[in-house]
Amino acid sequence: MDLTSDYFEIFGLPDAYEVDTQMLAERYRELQKQFHPDRYASKSAVQQKLAVQYTALINQAYAILRSPVERAQYLLSRKGLENNGENSTVNDSEFLLTQMTLREALLEIRDAADPFDELEKFAAPVKLEYGKLQRSFADQYSRERLEEAVETVAKMQFYRKLQQEIEQLEEELD
Amino acid sequence: MALLQISEPGLSPEPHQHRRAVGIDLGTTNSLVATVRSGTPETLPDKQGRHLLPSVVHYGKGGEIQVGSAARRRLVENPLDTLASVKRYMGRGVEDIARLGSELPYQLVDSDNGMPSFQTAGGAISPVAASAEILEALEQRAELALDGSLDGAVITVPAYFDDAQRQATKDAATLAGIKVLRLLNEPTAAAIAYGLDQQDQGVIAVYDLGGGTFDISILRLTRGVFEVLATGGDSALGGDDFDRAIAEWIGRQAGLPDALDPSQQRMLLEAARAAKEQLTEQQQVDVAAAGWRGTLGREQLGELLKPYIDKTLRACKKAVRDAGLEIGQVDNIVMVGGSTRTPRVREQVAQLFGKPPLVDLDPDRVVALGAAIQADILVGNKPDGEILLLDVIPLSLGLETMGGLTEKIIHRNTTIPVAKAQEFTTFKDGQAAMAIHVLQGERELVSDNRSLARFELRDIPPMVAGAAKVRVVFQVDADGLLSVTAKELTSGVEARVEVKPSYGLSDEEVTSMLKASYTHAKEDMQARALKEQQVEADRMIEDLTAALAADGRELLSEEEYHCLEVALKDLRSLASSEDHRLIARHIEMVAKASETFAARRMDVSIKKALSGHHLTDFDEQ
Repeated sequence: MDLTSDYFEIFGLPDAYEVDTQMLAERYRELQKQFHPDRYASKSAVQQKLAVQYTALINQAYAILRSPVERAQYLLSRKGLENNGENSTVNDSEFLLTQMTLREALLEIRDAADPFDELEKFAAPVKLEYGKLQRSFADQYSRERLEEAVETVAKMQFYRKLQQEIEQLEEELD
Repeated sequence: MALLQISEPGLSPEPHQHRRAVGIDLGTTNSLVATVRSGTPETLPDKQGRHLLPSVVHYGKGGEIQVGSAARRRLVENPLDTLASVKRYMGRGVEDIARLGSELPYQLVDSDNGMPSFQTAGGAISPVAASAEILEALEQRAELALDGSLDGAVITVPAYFDDAQRQATKDAATLAGIKVLRLLNEPTAAAIAYGLDQQDQGVIAVYDLGGGTFDISILRLTRGVFEVLATGGDSALGGDDFDRAIAEWIGRQAGLPDALDPSQQRMLLEAARAAKEQLTEQQQVDVAAAGWRGTLGREQLGELLKPYIDKTLRACKKAVRDAGLEIGQVDNIVMVGGSTRTPRVREQVAQLFGKPPLVDLDPDRVVALGAAIQADILVGNKPDGEILLLDVIPLSLGLETMGGLTEKIIHRNTTIPVAKAQEFTTFKDGQAAMAIHVLQGERELVSDNRSLARFELRDIPPMVAGAAKVRVVFQVDADGLLSVTAKELTSGVEARVEVKPSYGLSDEEVTSMLKASYTHAKEDMQARALKEQQVEADRMIEDLTAALAADGRELLSEEEYHCLEVALKDLRSLASSEDHRLIARHIEMVAKASETFAARRMDVSIKKALSGHHLTDFDEQ
């Protein structure tokens, strides 16, 4: 493994969007057990430095593969498709409208009579849609329909952001 | 001098080569030192049998210094020359300290490096220097008990400590002449002490309410690996606030004015603390101050402490949420810190989590015990130690961008070590330099975050605006300390800083303080430096000899192998010389020469680790 290694290779995982997260976590812990700087605390400075670099790489790879959005972006970037945020969906007017409707609905919940109940009702379909997009991406990627996959990632980004806003509102209401 | 043993992974060293390692809990109110003896961690007492060392240092006129109980007795009579709770000021600037509270009983003096000092009869004393005195007292205690000098120590810090505070703690250890094996987060240490690592898996919340800091950490344990999932808390909230709230109440009851002189303040604080401690056993206590007599009951105490306890509970909820969990998924709650003795705190925590917290171990000692266990592993006494800690950074790290905004590079709760890179570009045509301002914190505006360091990348060749590509890399090591490099990619111009906090000590200052310190005479210093270099040389020789024998022929060309052999021979002939600089130079040369070899060996072992998977897992699929 050098410092430009492929993240899937590091964890010995097949090249696909769907990842067995339990297996990923297990391998992560195994690699850490072997290469964490704590394992080199009584070794020479050279080895300590290497251990820091390797574990930093392992941590980075783990963080990317664990995140549904970042994993998708990583897969696309390996195929030379850099995804530049929301740009790619600007032309999809239908999705733009969905975005606006959802955001407005979230804003209104803040002033609702029973915000907790409303928020729960709002959050459920958002979560469902986020999951659906992930499955679409897996399908599109495996069938090499990469242009569609790029659009799907952009939509996933929106839903992830929306979920974060839901959590934030939950926190504020608490 | 005996050679230190370096074992190949998987082989354990000879059992008689036991190294002396300790865990140190450098606390706000009290400090402790612990070690593992015959497999059991224990805190070490002083000659009088006291385990807790009050974190108080007294500086007298004649230059005499007292540490611990002797110093604490002088707090009331001599508050200005007696420094208590210095941990609260570690890595802080004068302005930060002013914000901590106006009732500070000390006289602050500013110094050139922005780090404040306290004016005492023994001169201007920085928080780092006072902490070094405490560490040295503990070191002496341990060396007496263990019958020899220490090979290393694990020092604990609150998980919420920022880079500046961690660096200040490390500086204090350097000043005290202690080799730091690792700065360990207090909550993680506590979880280890409870032997929770013996369980197969589970989610642990560590509620740590000390004298001056509150930490909440959510950890996941899976077969010996502790992953810190989230941390939160407040680095300026603790038992001292309880004391102050009670003292203010007593002051109001006694009809005292708001402005009090330092010794009156101290007296009220002492009365407050005594009342608080008695209320852990009794339902109510008698209180007397300035001619006034009255009683304080648990209910009233609960009311006084409510705002502070509520603040901790809010932080708990947030940390659980940050960890992506629900409150009900927490399996164990570990209580740490003297302030968790307060019955109201225990009740409220039990209520929040829906289960009683673990309180079997002394909440004052639990952190030191855990640190000792970790020190024992790190120093090499337990090379196959099953525990591994995967820690996170408590606060986001970022850079200042146009318009005074903060661009986060590494987000909080990211597992360390970590390295992250981001590219920036120039704003003006022909721009030749770029100012890099490193920040820590969660806020948008630069002014709301903590400034860690500033440096400049110069000599960027002239280009149109937006054409230069500056790659800034943040690297955080396993102690949570940051280094930053910036490189212009088209020209290769590079700048690098080990981030030294804005209010910290520079390496030169640490060195000069070391030289000035009369506890380490000059000969002492040199002897120490020589010994350190000899140990590192021996370590390197052992390491490299074993590595060359194991797979040098396989991984190196004839020429490379020969080069390393020669370098090794040189180092061997020098290792026992008396010139520490000469040894250091040769160590560096050998290190450079063997870098590629070490990297290749690492690659091979990673490939081995992976090929194991490929065989078994793909068969299963």
